Amino acid sequence: MTSNPLHHDVLWQIGPVGITRPVVVTWGLIVAMALLARLTTRRLSIDEPGRLQAAAELLVATLRDEMFATMRLDPAPFLPLVGTIFLFILGANLSGFVPGVEPPTAAIETDLALALTVFAAVLGWGVRRHGLWGYLKTYAQPSVLMLPLNLLESLTRVVSMSVRLFGNIMSGVVVSAVVLGLAGLLLPVPFMALELLTGVIQAYIFTVLAMVFIAAAAGDAGP
Amino acid sequence: MDIPWIQLISIVSAAFAVAFGAIGPALGEGRSVAAAMDALARQPEAASTISRTLFVGLAMIETTAIYCLVVALLLLFANPFVH
Repeated sequence: MTSNPLHHDVLWQIGPVGITRPVVVTWGLIVAMALLARLTTRRLSIDEPGRLQAAAELLVATLRDEMFATMRLDPAPFLPLVGTIFLFILGANLSGFVPGVEPPTAAIETDLALALTVFAAVLGWGVRRHGLWGYLKTYAQPSVLMLPLNLLESLTRVVSMSVRLFGNIMSGVVVSAVVLGLAGLLLPVPFMALELLTGVIQAYIFTVLAMVFIAAAAGDAGP
Repeated sequence: MDIPWIQLISIVSAAFAVAFGAIGPALGEGRSVAAAMDALARQPEAASTISRTLFVGLAMIETTAIYCLVVALLLLFANPFVH
């Protein structure tokens, strides 16, 4: 009835890497976001901002305020990564509304890649703050007995972030497909509205979790 | 008559996983929304903070239901004991 939500057909092979449809949609999303960014920043002006620049400034200011409220740190070094994660996931979740496009975040590989990016960022900032050995030592805080639990916590964070995003978006796609098959053309519309809400909320949740984990690793800039 | 036991039990387990897995989070989400309503009634001016925290909490609670869904999907589509 419904196709396997865990399997995606390989469209073509580049060496050992198979290119599937979510990868192609992700590429399209990257190009669209880069073009939009280029368009917005082409003619920045302080006295006469255009509408696009005003919207972009509103977005960046909101992100920065949210980051400061959540992280309690200066948001400047983290804004590029966290902002891009938020905008990418938002764009990916909402790309399902373009006819013929399935959200790339409905593939668990995409979500796993995003969660691993956050994991790498946590690792990087932790090492920058503590040094390599110091960061490895934090896994043995407050006692060496906590070492397996802390390692498991890091692993579980990655799994839970990716599975949460995957489950929400994929189930939206599958439910819409099933309802479309069962009923008529217009019945999936309320489900699609729910998909819209879920997409925005899940992008926000992923970003908030990324912020919290990065802030915990990058730590307080101490008194 | 050769009953395909693994497939049979996998399918039934998948159904039970989602069925029982949805009960806990639904109850938890009900309680959290009720608490949010109470908080909103007591302090309407904190509405945006309460709403935001409510949604974040709901997504966290929802995650366990999604774990059950993913296990059910694995049983159905990526079953390591079948084929």
